[in-house]
Amino acid sequence: MGIVVENVSKQFGSFRAVDDVSLEIKSGSLVALLGPSGSGKSTLLRLIAGLELPDSGKIWLTGKDATYQSVQERNIGFVFQHYALFKHMSVRQNIAFALEIRKTPKAKIKARVDELLELVQLSALGNRYPSQLSGGQRQRVALARALAVQPQVLLLDEPFGALDAKVRKDLRAWLRKLHDEVHVTTVFVTHDQEEAMEVSDEIVVMNKGRVEQIGTPAQIYDHPATAFVMSFIGPVNVLPSTSNIFQGNGFESTHPEMFLRPQDVIVQREKNGTTVSARVSRIIHLGWEIQAELTLDDGQVVTAHLSRDRFDELQLQPQEKVYVKPKDARSFPLYYSI
Amino acid sequence: MRSNALSSDVIAQNKAGSQTKEAPWVKIALIGIAITYLGLVLFLPAINVFIQAFRNGVGPFFANFSDAAFINAIQLTVLIALIVVPINTVFGLCAAWAITRHKFPGRALVVSIIDLPFAVSPVVAGLMLILLYGRSGWLGPSLEAINVRIIFALPAMIIASAFITMPFVAREVIPVLEEAGTDQEEAAKTLGAKDWQIFWRVTLPNIRWGLLYGVILTNARVMGEFGAVSVVSGNIIRKTQTLPLYVEEAYKQYESQAAFAASVLLACLALVTLVLKEILERKTSIKDVEE
Repeated sequence: MGIVVENVSKQFGSFRAVDDVSLEIKSGSLVALLGPSGSGKSTLLRLIAGLELPDSGKIWLTGKDATYQSVQERNIGFVFQHYALFKHMSVRQNIAFALEIRKTPKAKIKARVDELLELVQLSALGNRYPSQLSGGQRQRVALARALAVQPQVLLLDEPFGALDAKVRKDLRAWLRKLHDEVHVTTVFVTHDQEEAMEVSDEIVVMNKGRVEQIGTPAQIYDHPATAFVMSFIGPVNVLPSTSNIFQGNGFESTHPEMFLRPQDVIVQREKNGTTVSARVSRIIHLGWEIQAELTLDDGQVVTAHLSRDRFDELQLQPQEKVYVKPKDARSFPLYYSI
Repeated sequence: MRSNALSSDVIAQNKAGSQTKEAPWVKIALIGIAITYLGLVLFLPAINVFIQAFRNGVGPFFANFSDAAFINAIQLTVLIALIVVPINTVFGLCAAWAITRHKFPGRALVVSIIDLPFAVSPVVAGLMLILLYGRSGWLGPSLEAINVRIIFALPAMIIASAFITMPFVAREVIPVLEEAGTDQEEAAKTLGAKDWQIFWRVTLPNIRWGLLYGVILTNARVMGEFGAVSVVSGNIIRKTQTLPLYVEEAYKQYESQAAFAASVLLACLALVTLVLKEILERKTSIKDVEE
């Protein structure tokens, strides 16, 4: 196991940032800690790094108990949201820092820095200073610096959070590619579910200091374990289970609320056994798909996502009457508000 | 249409009038007042120091430098600066570090205490030392018993100078440390750097200009301090006389040539300080915080 977190708790004043969290991260995998702000994901990452000490619980890194190891002893690479590059050092000096601390011979340092500069595609900018680089370039330097001494785990705290949308997307794909080359156990924190889905092998969904679910992106999306996971990842309709859209079609539930994804709403022109009638109240073109807001007979509003083809086939117009039924819907024993 | 054109003409005329008639008058008067004021209060006295010092030529000016009392005063001033500046630099660094990097009860109180010397008149500061270490002070009798002399001797002058200049380094370093944040230090930690390596390789380079600025201000104040030092020194010629004390003594003894020569030295120190301050302020860009 790359990283094992065992019943770890951390409290700041009266705020329980991390509440009895346990999880295992396989060696060589790329895992996302996903959650809204204040969910404890960054604190958990800092606990793994040793930048914070747990109030209780244990942390194991590559099979060794690291709970009481100092940050320096843990041999980790850490990338900060705001880069945290040494401003007074050039790119080369930044990357060489950890090697110089370890008294590596000069020739070896030079070779390793060259290698890393190539890896992050910044070979031409080695003598620049951080203030002369763009945000994306700075974050790549930070990554090269963290990788310099071959850390046993690489930890990234919202690494793309301070970048604009385009650069963000590029760097994501690049990080995934880099991980496939370097294979270091990597944990990164994000509040962006799309980012987590795209980059990681596994996602740990956190809320209020606790782990809600751990699974592959597909598992998390298709089989959400809790109401929180279902509503945090992807759009969802939350409807009372008494709504007539759920009657007589096998989706009856004893729980008060049902969760229905917009793409799981079947919209059709003709009535059949289990459909209910609805009125189209609004049509929004999202480009790759169409979002229709439908008002049911009982007054509930349901959002449906239709593919372009399906939309063209139906030729929906506002105020028209249609028939709808759920393809899939879920309910959960406990409801957490976001 | 017609009246409109007319009124806008009138406005234009008024505007032009106010620009050509009143503004220059006010401008010249204001500038004149400012220059006269600066001239009387600042430039003339400063220039006069140089004129008086060199009134009898360069020879007599340099003759002063061979006066034993004068040489002694310079030596003592430099000695005190050499002792006080490092002490207050280290203290200021530690205080700034503690205040910006740790949250502890009484943190606000520490900040105010560091500022205390700014609020206390130097003469009062000197008096406090006499009341504590003087012959009839709290610690006076016990110090006399073990034959340690503080008041009217070098130790009191050092303590007085250190008290007066205590805030300068901390005051300059605190905002720079705060602005630098803890990110870079944490990054260094994750890269394996020990605490002292972090300080030398990351923290110090980040605050170096602010620190140097604080050191220069401290030095200028130590060398120029009169009030507190004058109270505790006893002003014993060739023993406890610093340059500012020498200037006062010489002036009182009608040796104005010597007084002005010493003043020229102090004025040069001030000029060098000002130039360095200007350069460093540009480097640190803490100008806004300062003013």
